[in-house]
Amino acid sequence: MALQYKPTRMELSNLKKRRQVAIRGHKMMKDKRDELVRRFIVYARRNQQLRRETEEKLNKAMQSFVLARAMMSGDEIEEALLYPARSIAIDKSVQNVLSIPVPKLTLETRQEEFVYPYGFSSTGADLDTAVQALAEILPLMLELAEVEKVTSRLADEIEKTRRRVNALEYVMIPQFDEAIHDIQMKLEENERGNTSRLMKTKEMLAKETE
Amino acid sequence: MANGKCAVIGDRDSILIFKAVGIEVYPESDGEHANFTMHKLGRAGYAVIYVTESMYPLCAEAIAEFAGEPYPAIIPIPDALGTQGIGLKALKENVEKAVGVDILSNS
Repeated sequence: MALQYKPTRMELSNLKKRRQVAIRGHKMMKDKRDELVRRFIVYARRNQQLRRETEEKLNKAMQSFVLARAMMSGDEIEEALLYPARSIAIDKSVQNVLSIPVPKLTLETRQEEFVYPYGFSSTGADLDTAVQALAEILPLMLELAEVEKVTSRLADEIEKTRRRVNALEYVMIPQFDEAIHDIQMKLEENERGNTSRLMKTKEMLAKETE
Repeated sequence: MANGKCAVIGDRDSILIFKAVGIEVYPESDGEHANFTMHKLGRAGYAVIYVTESMYPLCAEAIAEFAGEPYPAIIPIPDALGTQGIGLKALKENVEKAVGVDILSNS
């Protein structure tokens, strides 16, 4: 949609101001996008590395658990795991990455404090292995959650910012340029019309006095 | 200050073990209920919701709803059957969305 404007000086100066604002906004958006992408790449690499590591370790823990399940009856497993010795303590807060709110998670329970939630008499060694492995992965899983959420938030934000940059660069600013050019042409045309009218009047006046 | 809670949604056999380390466990077998539970947990202020990979595609609706908010983080994890690469695929999609090309796969 083309801009609606009246060919007046006032409109011209308004448009010029708006164009200036658009150009400044465009520059800032572009800087923001570049910085977002830079940070995103750091997070994405970390995310990939964490995910590989976590999945690998989690798979091992799961395999032990499957073995444990095979060795013990369902009821026994339920009984052993139903009441956790402690619940997990996570500190959640919100941090800002270029004014995008992203999660920050910290695990508050320390590794050494880990206790098995069951007695050893009715459970197999595989269950111990699985639970122990899982407790060790916990910090990794939490970091993965944080990094993965940050990555996806950044990706969304980058997409939005890029769209804004493009809208400013390829739509708004050219529109302003065109409108300003149009108004200038029209004003010049008026000016020329005025001049020729003056010349004509002067000529007629001169003829009358003769 | 511990104000964050953590939950796992998935099939009972895979996720029961998470209970041993103090993560809350919500066994679900079909997508509709999983979606519902996820909504409920998200509203209740959970910080992280882990979902087994086989359940993850079924919860797309709830995942999309919370994508724009800092919490909860909904994270796919492998289940007892092993990993299907859904987590890495999601990461790949994010990278493609942000950068335009997948820059991670060949590094």
